[in-house]
Amino acid sequence: MYNFEFAKPKTVEEAASAMAAEGAQALGGGQTLLPTMKQRLASPEVLVSLTGIDGMVGVSASGGSVTIGGATTHAQVAADVAESYPALAALAANIGDPAVRNRGTVGGSLANNDPAACYPAGALGSGATITTNKRDIAADDYFQGMFETALDEGEIITSVSFPIPQKANYQKFDQPASRFALVGVFVAKTPDGVRVAVTGASNEGVYRWTAAETALNSDFSQAALEGMSGDADDMISDLHGSGAYRAHLVGVLTRRAVAACG
Amino acid sequence: MAADGGMGHATKRREDVRFLTGRGRYTDDYTPAKTTYCAFARSTVANGKINSIDTSAAAEMPGVVAVFTGEDFADVGGNPAGWLINSRDGEPMKEPKRPVLAHGKVRHVGDAYAAVIAETLEQAMDAVEAIDADIDELDAVTNMADALANTDTLVHDEIGTNQCFDWGWIEDNRAATDEAIKNAPHVTTLELVNNRLVPNAMEPRCSIGEYDPGTGDYRLTTTSQNPHLTRLLISAFVMGIPENKLTVHAPDVGGGFGSKIYHYGEEALVLAAAKKLNRPVKWTSTRTEAFLSDAHGRDHVTKIELACEKDGTFIAFRTETMANVGAYLSNFSTATPTFLHGTLMAGNYTVPNVYVNVKAVFTNTAPVDAYRGAGRPEATFSLERVIDKAARELGIDPVALRRKNFIKPDQYPYASAAGLEYDSGNYDALMDGLEKRADLAGFEARRAESAKNGKLRGLGINAYIEACGIAPSNLVGVLGSRVGLYDAATVRVNATGNISVMVGAHSHGQGHETAFPQVVADMLGVDPMSIEIVHGDTSKIPFGMGTYGSRSLAVCGSAVFRATEKIIKKATLIAAHMMEDKPENVDFTDGEFAVKGTNKKVSFGEVALKAYIPHNFPLESIEPGLEETAFYDPANFTYPSGAYACEVEVDPETGKVDICSMVAMDDFGNVVNPMIVTGQVQGGLAQGIGQALLEHGIYDENGQLLSGSLMDYAMPRADDLPNFVVDHSHATRCTHNPIGVKGCGEAGAIGSPPTVVNAVVDALQRGGHDVDHIDMPVSPARVWAAING
Repeated sequence: MYNFEFAKPKTVEEAASAMAAEGAQALGGGQTLLPTMKQRLASPEVLVSLTGIDGMVGVSASGGSVTIGGATTHAQVAADVAESYPALAALAANIGDPAVRNRGTVGGSLANNDPAACYPAGALGSGATITTNKRDIAADDYFQGMFETALDEGEIITSVSFPIPQKANYQKFDQPASRFALVGVFVAKTPDGVRVAVTGASNEGVYRWTAAETALNSDFSQAALEGMSGDADDMISDLHGSGAYRAHLVGVLTRRAVAACG
Repeated sequence: MAADGGMGHATKRREDVRFLTGRGRYTDDYTPAKTTYCAFARSTVANGKINSIDTSAAAEMPGVVAVFTGEDFADVGGNPAGWLINSRDGEPMKEPKRPVLAHGKVRHVGDAYAAVIAETLEQAMDAVEAIDADIDELDAVTNMADALANTDTLVHDEIGTNQCFDWGWIEDNRAATDEAIKNAPHVTTLELVNNRLVPNAMEPRCSIGEYDPGTGDYRLTTTSQNPHLTRLLISAFVMGIPENKLTVHAPDVGGGFGSKIYHYGEEALVLAAAKKLNRPVKWTSTRTEAFLSDAHGRDHVTKIELACEKDGTFIAFRTETMANVGAYLSNFSTATPTFLHGTLMAGNYTVPNVYVNVKAVFTNTAPVDAYRGAGRPEATFSLERVIDKAARELGIDPVALRRKNFIKPDQYPYASAAGLEYDSGNYDALMDGLEKRADLAGFEARRAESAKNGKLRGLGINAYIEACGIAPSNLVGVLGSRVGLYDAATVRVNATGNISVMVGAHSHGQGHETAFPQVVADMLGVDPMSIEIVHGDTSKIPFGMGTYGSRSLAVCGSAVFRATEKIIKKATLIAAHMMEDKPENVDFTDGEFAVKGTNKKVSFGEVALKAYIPHNFPLESIEPGLEETAFYDPANFTYPSGAYACEVEVDPETGKVDICSMVAMDDFGNVVNPMIVTGQVQGGLAQGIGQALLEHGIYDENGQLLSGSLMDYAMPRADDLPNFVVDHSHATRCTHNPIGVKGCGEAGAIGSPPTVVNAVVDALQRGGHDVDHIDMPVSPARVWAAING
């Protein structure tokens, strides 16, 4: 790890001003950033920790949605939305291991947008709104490819608001080593229609499987997806699975998610 | 005997108290005053010509006290291979020099070509980045078949080939085996890969060099499974430091699994640097360095043929293997694919013809050497997979086919067609036990239940034999070993009656500190807690050969036994003197010496005190003191054997394999501590299942290690494993060591991989899928691909 300056602001405004410094990098729970820094593959000059900002930690529910502070840990989300949004709680409860869940944050995960992370599927599948220190961004506009998001330089995710669907389920098939999603599918049945978000599979990062959504909008059942699978040409192919395998898993997991929705 | 804690007791491991409370003392915990820190510059290319290495900028960096390159070690010796293998044509194997630091060429990603020593580790790492190395990347060769076919791309230019040797075992059996296969009514052929494994001991390697300019003494504190061998290699081959001026100390070591048997260049470097700087020099491997530079395991590509009669009687096994040795010969890399593999290719069976051909191949990958099981897992996997395939082809139950060919209990000692003499065993008894403990009769009902849930259930059976307790010197010497494989122990009874036992074996998870005292306590009738084991420090212990090849108890434990016998013999003389009678009239039982037919007796403690306060001693016939040393060199390997069963459920939609049950019936002969033995088997099973389902050291064609971190290299975790059934009650004593024990450390890792793969193939076959074989690791993607053609 290279040397760096460390800032731990108390307010979003202080954080935003700290982020204006040359070489500044926001730090959530550090579950990706710190290992990367230890390997000397990242060298921020200033680390701006977001976990000391009171207003950015915690969960509140109102008007049919849950709003989660950007610096809220996975463990807290798993506990606090267990009744209001069990599918999201289950997703959070199955990220990494207890040490990761007690450090990693929802804002950190969404800002990093790892193509195999779970939260991008949860946010996109739920039709969440990502709120920053500058604006609200719809999930449909937020995810822009592997590790790419709509965030501007220095922009901070302060909270994420998840509308609670009528039914929802997340199916994750573990990559055997990292236990990130080899493929993960989040299915949500909402008053505005079904949303299917897929993580882990595509070269373009998390995406909505619109063909499946169309099929499920007319018939929300496994049978509606019979014979359907993802497009192998767009899929990641690596030592853990070919594109064809991932495309196949997209279909299997989507059917299982629909079945689990009941 | 000792009331509690003698032989056969499941005594809790005394060393676990310090390990579990954070009081273990590992190499990296040791930081002498004025320690400096070492970081290595390692090659990022798999094959490259070093044009120049400019260290001037690095040397000027803050805190830097020295920079070394391969040039600095050009005149010292290389790290040798410990075993000479001759090719079929009689030519000795190719032995290119393995230098302390790469010189002239780098030969694998991670090959160290320079080292920086600085006041802090961060300064050393910063300076490594400032080294300007001009290295021309050359084409790399990572695939063994390519390496043999393509002599344009050489790992070592000076030998003109990538083939280290072409070995035949037993060459005189070759023609008969070929003929038997040609004429056989049935031949089953299987091509398979034994996947490369990265050891990943929990504690990465670490080495600290110290030098005392007043005495000229060197001290190396290092993560080693065998400090005396490391000292010998450094002294006799690499650096020429006299053995009596070099102490090698391996304190608590957090797992080895083979990877810490060997001497590595980093150890020589910190010693050389310590002398040059007159300060201690410490290097601690990162996990990344461990992936790139620890000796890996396995990595065979094999074709095996089994010839048999229509009724399943085995006629011949013929094996052709390519064994990857990586870029350099690690110390036991040439023994592992040959004498630890080829000699086992008759398995548990009365097969008359066996022939094995092994070509060892240099590639631009990390060196490959012995890893838990070392050759025997490769042998067992090949044999037990092809037998399973033959059973299917012949329409014979896999258990029945094995039983039909088992060596029977009345055939011991049995001379196998692969050149070993098995001393004892009862494979049918193990299989009988397996049928009960694994409830083979109930499998069909369980399969039907799985089918209701959409899962394909399969049953895998395996029988193994292995040769371990690595020794005897006479035999291994004939086979090409350049070292002896005895072991040694000194039993020192102190004046106050407690006992120090100095042993040549090294404990890095095996529980020696608990098990060895059980042997001594049992013999002397004393409290095992009054006995302390001393190990790991060459300045304190007799010259032993360390711990690997499941040899500690069988070889070093036998040395402890022999030394304790000598203690009893001498103590009897002292006791006889004390009781004023003849030694032959003195009996020793339960810690007391008594004159037969009288009530005269003295305790062991009284004798110990007398030995060190020898007033009125018959010095012409008895020396003072009570301390004895034994060097023990066994007559043969020990031959543990086992019968394993595994049931799996395969999800046909995803290819995911879940292990439902794993039953291990092992014959380890006499068992000193059944709890420790069970733990050893459990650990071995976990590693074997890791190989079967998860682990894969995989290089791309450019020689980059694709699975070079725990994000991509899948180690087994608790939830990957079933509850194990481990049973070692069906025992036949080893006939040639005094404790009757056989090695148990590697059995689980030897027996489990084919059991798991047999179960997966069985599940797919029963599910109607025409799948004969899936290479390890049997990942979900591979199973799915196999199902879907």
